[in-house]
Amino acid sequence: MSTDYQLRSRIRAVTDHTVTALAVLATVIVVTPLVAIFIYLLYKGASSLNLAFFTQIPKPPGEPGGGMANAIVGSAIVLAIASVIGVPMGIGGGIFLAEFGRGTKLANAVRFTADVLNGVPSIVMGLAAYALVVIPQHHFSAFSGGVALGIMMIPTVCRTTEEMLLMVPNAVREAALGLGIPNWRSVLAITVKTASPGIITGCMLAFARVAGETAPLLFTALGNAFWSTSLNQPIEALPLQIYVFALSPYDDWHRLAWAGSLVLIVLIVLAVGLVRYVTSRGVLKGVS
Amino acid sequence: MNANVPEIRIPPSQFQPDPEPAKGQTPAKAVTVEASDIRKYLMSLGSASLADETFRWLIVLCALSIFAIVALILWQLIERSQLTWQKFGLGFFYQSFKNPDTGAPMYWDPVNERFGALPFIYGTLVSSFLALLMAVPLAVGLAIFLTEMCPRALRAPLAFMTELLAAIPSIIYGFWALFELVPLMREYVNPRCIQWFGWTGLFNDDNPTGLGYLASGVILAIMILPIISALTREVMSAVPHSQREAVLALGATRWEMIRMGVLRNARIGIVGGIILGLGRALGETMAVTMVIGNTPEIHRSLLSNGSSMSAVIASQFTEAVSNVHLSALIEIGLALFILTIIVNAFAQLLVWAVTRGTPAQVR
Repeated sequence: MSTDYQLRSRIRAVTDHTVTALAVLATVIVVTPLVAIFIYLLYKGASSLNLAFFTQIPKPPGEPGGGMANAIVGSAIVLAIASVIGVPMGIGGGIFLAEFGRGTKLANAVRFTADVLNGVPSIVMGLAAYALVVIPQHHFSAFSGGVALGIMMIPTVCRTTEEMLLMVPNAVREAALGLGIPNWRSVLAITVKTASPGIITGCMLAFARVAGETAPLLFTALGNAFWSTSLNQPIEALPLQIYVFALSPYDDWHRLAWAGSLVLIVLIVLAVGLVRYVTSRGVLKGVS
Repeated sequence: MNANVPEIRIPPSQFQPDPEPAKGQTPAKAVTVEASDIRKYLMSLGSASLADETFRWLIVLCALSIFAIVALILWQLIERSQLTWQKFGLGFFYQSFKNPDTGAPMYWDPVNERFGALPFIYGTLVSSFLALLMAVPLAVGLAIFLTEMCPRALRAPLAFMTELLAAIPSIIYGFWALFELVPLMREYVNPRCIQWFGWTGLFNDDNPTGLGYLASGVILAIMILPIISALTREVMSAVPHSQREAVLALGATRWEMIRMGVLRNARIGIVGGIILGLGRALGETMAVTMVIGNTPEIHRSLLSNGSSMSAVIASQFTEAVSNVHLSALIEIGLALFILTIIVNAFAQLLVWAVTRGTPAQVR
């Protein structure tokens, strides 16, 4: 009887240790590719990153040197258009969810649709922008790329704005209304302003996420091997250029693509780190 | 703070008692989301001026635009895929043709304008299933480690690292996979698979490139890991501490506590997280396009080249010349859209069923 009990408790202890070991192993396996990708990117990218990368356009294959200046500028233009579309609509939706629609059926439906829209594949967004903008215009353009990315930003901005606004204590709203301020000013000048660091980081998160998107740009912005800043013309973007260069057979182009990937990932790590810093510090420093 | 406010006299008609807190909502959440009665009263006092109404409608319009976007996408995709729908009907999703020269079945023939989506649906399902097979145990293991076992000092850095894993763009995963993962598969993994598991018939030595279903499954697994793990973590932290303490008090070991106290309570939410990961895997484009091989064929061997729904759109759309070809690609996009919406909606409902009441985390 006693040995039976001892055996069983021994089995239980062994199982416990095995599971702990397995969980540690899983963590190690998950972290490995991340470390591998970063080291590989740093190793490959840093060696080809120089001033020319930021100032020159790509050279034809075979000629060494060249850079991705046109892609960087193009990305900036497309992302600016996307932000103009996505940020106001997303923040508006977030204000609705947090300030006007709390607990209503409509708000639940909006929140649900936003979450579902967040999971729609980016390539489908590209198809939609193609059908909505490129076909009526009869040509590819920077603008259509901006529309595709802008639509993708809306759900992220909307949901983070809502979360940040919900962190603002009701007492702040009541104090504002108690002073006789009209509701719209109370929302914009008090509630949104209080939560603004959080909202801005939410926008940055959405920005960083679409900055690396390639699929929606494939048949909207299309890509352009030369300088172009026109909104009505096909334009190059950093991820598009990386895609084309990665699949090319030329070593020089591969090097440029690694450098481009490094730039992209540094941008994204900075944004994610900033978001984490701000949200961990709390939105409401100095309020409550 | 609230203690100072009740100086204001509220007419009895305006005053309603607080609604009962929803079941399962713990009083520990300091920030309540209900507008208080005082606030409603104050708002009713303020002038309902034109500006207020305009602002309100503007905001509602922003919120409604989200529905409009979904409707617009759906309408456009249906509209632009009419041509294929009229020509092939539902058969588009399962039909195959005979190759006039060899008699072998073929599915995708842009030259003769005959299109069937079966190989792409097959490729998407196979690579996503492989990804889930690899990612789920790892993600749940990671979540268990982070919520239940991890020393405090390690928790934040590890969580940050998995968050970064989620933020790396698809194109960089694809690029890395093409130059690091695919050679690795070609040199080490694929020969081992053939040697050990060749008898299953799932691993055939007919593709020397290292590309294929398995390679895209591996890269997809790396990409969906953070999502599954983050949601699992969220759901597991939502399990009340009293559950853990109760199981521990009965003399359970830590694993027994996790199994009985945590996982059993969180299982619906974990399944939701897994399905959400599946939704991501189904629609993932760039990395898959770069490593799946892009051949519109169906192979039993997991080491063969194939194609997926998103990959065929990405790789052929700009080169499509005929209207039927474009329309066929858009119809595949429509199928992908509907598929991911169903999968995501289902997952979202499951996750909400568990974490309802807790404010969502910034992901």
